[in-house]
Amino acid sequence: MVEVVDTLKRQPGDAGEPQPQSGERGPLYEARRKIYPMRVQGTYRRLKWSLAWIFMAIYFIGPWLRWDRGPGAPDQAILVDLANRRFYFFFIEIWPQEFYYVAGLLILAGIGLFIATSMVGRAWCGYACWQTVWTDLFMMVERKVEGDRNAQIRLDNAPWTAGKIIKRGLKHGIWLLIAFWTAFTFILYFGNAPDVTYWFFTGQAPSVAYWTVAIMGAITYMFAGHMREQVCIYMCPWPRIQGAMVDEDTLIVTYHDWRGEPRGSKRDRKKHPEIAYGDCIDCGKCVHVCPTGIDIRDGQQLACITCALCIDACNSVMEKLGKPQGLISYSSVKAYNDLAAGKMKQVDFGWRNFIRPRTIVYITIWSLVAAGMLFHLATRDRLQVNVIHDRNPMFVRLSTGEIRNAYTVRVLNMQLEPRQFRIALEGLEGGRMRILGIDKPPAREFTFEVKGNKARALRVFVTVPQQQITQQRMEFAFRIEALDDAGKVAEMSRRKAVFEAPPPKR
Amino acid sequence: MAQRERDEVTGTETTGHEWDGIKELDTPLPRWWLWTFYATIIWGIGYTIAYPAWPLLNTNTKGVLETTNRLELHQELKVVQQARAEKLAQLEKLSLQEIRSNDELFQFANRMGAAAFKVNCVQCHQAGGQGAPGYPNLADDDWLWGGKLEDIHYSITHGIRYQPDTNPETRQSEMPAFGRDQILDGEQVAAVTEYVLKLSGQEHDAKKAEAGQKVYMEDAGCNACHGDNGEGNQELGGPRLNDQIWLFGGTREEIRAQIHSPKHGIMPAWKGKLDEATIKALTIYVHSLGGGVGS
Repeated sequence: MVEVVDTLKRQPGDAGEPQPQSGERGPLYEARRKIYPMRVQGTYRRLKWSLAWIFMAIYFIGPWLRWDRGPGAPDQAILVDLANRRFYFFFIEIWPQEFYYVAGLLILAGIGLFIATSMVGRAWCGYACWQTVWTDLFMMVERKVEGDRNAQIRLDNAPWTAGKIIKRGLKHGIWLLIAFWTAFTFILYFGNAPDVTYWFFTGQAPSVAYWTVAIMGAITYMFAGHMREQVCIYMCPWPRIQGAMVDEDTLIVTYHDWRGEPRGSKRDRKKHPEIAYGDCIDCGKCVHVCPTGIDIRDGQQLACITCALCIDACNSVMEKLGKPQGLISYSSVKAYNDLAAGKMKQVDFGWRNFIRPRTIVYITIWSLVAAGMLFHLATRDRLQVNVIHDRNPMFVRLSTGEIRNAYTVRVLNMQLEPRQFRIALEGLEGGRMRILGIDKPPAREFTFEVKGNKARALRVFVTVPQQQITQQRMEFAFRIEALDDAGKVAEMSRRKAVFEAPPPKR
Repeated sequence: MAQRERDEVTGTETTGHEWDGIKELDTPLPRWWLWTFYATIIWGIGYTIAYPAWPLLNTNTKGVLETTNRLELHQELKVVQQARAEKLAQLEKLSLQEIRSNDELFQFANRMGAAAFKVNCVQCHQAGGQGAPGYPNLADDDWLWGGKLEDIHYSITHGIRYQPDTNPETRQSEMPAFGRDQILDGEQVAAVTEYVLKLSGQEHDAKKAEAGQKVYMEDAGCNACHGDNGEGNQELGGPRLNDQIWLFGGTREEIRAQIHSPKHGIMPAWKGKLDEATIKALTIYVHSLGGGVGS
């Protein structure tokens, strides 16, 4: 197993840690050690930015994409229509009773996370999580306004001059703007984006819209601006689960101590020429760039989100020193052990490392679920029927001696166009239907229309003459057919029902 | 007293308690957590100031917002009423036929009627309108006072009484107590009982029924209300006797009892208790339970 060092454990000698005298009570709270991550350039930084821009583009542009669904239907590509209980995603439309698709998507996301974690470690945390993406964005703003790490520390310690007030005001102003726009974009997914925008800025939107924006905006501002790594370390459950997800072959950010140790600065090296120092010159750059403020040289740990920025930082230093790159690199525990034992010359990671029984099982499960969902989606019904038998009363005796049962037949037209439907009795000798609201004489078959994207509940009265009642419970079926424009049957649904009659006279 | 000590590895104090060799670190809370906790305390205090909270001797603090859940409910209901105002006005203004033939208005009236029925009518007529012995079934096609929209509307509005009523428009049940008031003797009652059994197609004593026919047509004059062939008379509220639907039961004993000393149906007049729109909605609903006559 991978040993996970708990970042929260501080060594008694750690700098900055208050050392209360024995017997004296410690502080009631753990003061946050503010982190000033330094700017860094390199392969992984570039990768991180490109992914972040893609994710943000999807999020911010998403609700503005249009998708023509014909007249009467919303033309927003991605829309959660709570009022009408529909979810639209491009060509897919989901009704509330098809919510299992969402459950399926959650299963896919969950197993997907397992696959990604067992292969490439916490890539989700380092590259794709919105906490990471938005924190990166907020840090970029911070650096543009206040400067890099050292300038930020200086500004923090500087007295409150006009310049500081302006800088701070500008930073928080831009943060709040981004937070607002993030929250505002969120509500656009729940209504037609142009309409919502107009209503929102003219004060006509429902109060829940303003509340949502206020709360989501505050959360974005707090999480990405102020709490940052605290969200990852204290609030998120994922770091706690990772220990179970990571194995000897998983990619983790690794400091190769067999090569780096004993570490020593230029001064140390001059002072102690007798010591055979490793490659690490203890410049601290890997610590300075870390967004969660940890020292990767302590080993794999809970707070490491594997963003790989320390790799970029260390590589730039190694390049200047003319030493081989990869003192800190993506590696697996197995590769680390082989390298340390001299069995391997350099970190060599190919696709073979990703094919393991474990990942194969994950991928198989994931593929099965995905294939099942796709198949179901392609062949799903666009006609659904529910039949509810009146229980109260079960039956009604008419003055002619006939027995009547009542049913509520709900027909869901899940297509966007209005369609003609035919309802007919199957079985039930002598049975006749009457439908409330369709003023036609009793018959065994009726046609009716259901508007597009709507359900229609029919009150159906079925009557059977006394002499044709053979049992107290007679089974039959409602056959509901959706007709196309030519009057041909496009879809069919059969629903079993029971006709109840009074018990025979004693 | 428990001895607090410093844990060597973490540098954090323990709580000082020890259970079977297990000690617990007194790890401090993150500051944001504490702040959130304090914020909820402040919120709680603010809440008791804003809303009714503290009990006093005879009353309680009203809260500076001067609102309660009940008040909010009333306001919400008022908003609903306003939203419905247009449809309610239409219900009040239009005739029953017009409401019935307007699909949107019909759906509205039907739902409104269903709700009003659950509050005012189910006590006697039961949830599905199926009635109970002594309380008419509203879902069948056998109507005492008529099953047309107008008839139902009239019954709901003015009600049905047996004793004299101050409202001259109230419907009157008029079945005399033939046995108790000695209009007929015991033999005649028994005979006409057999005749009613015959009318409804049940087992009967043919000889007695023949005598009963004379009583029915001449001595007692049952046919005045119940019709020559027992077909009933909805003008007078005379129940139909030639089917299998019985209000007070269809066995020999029950029929005899009803002739000897009858029970009478009574129903409240809802005019004045319910507004016109509700009565119309109830009419539409009862009419569409399955037995309504004419569309």
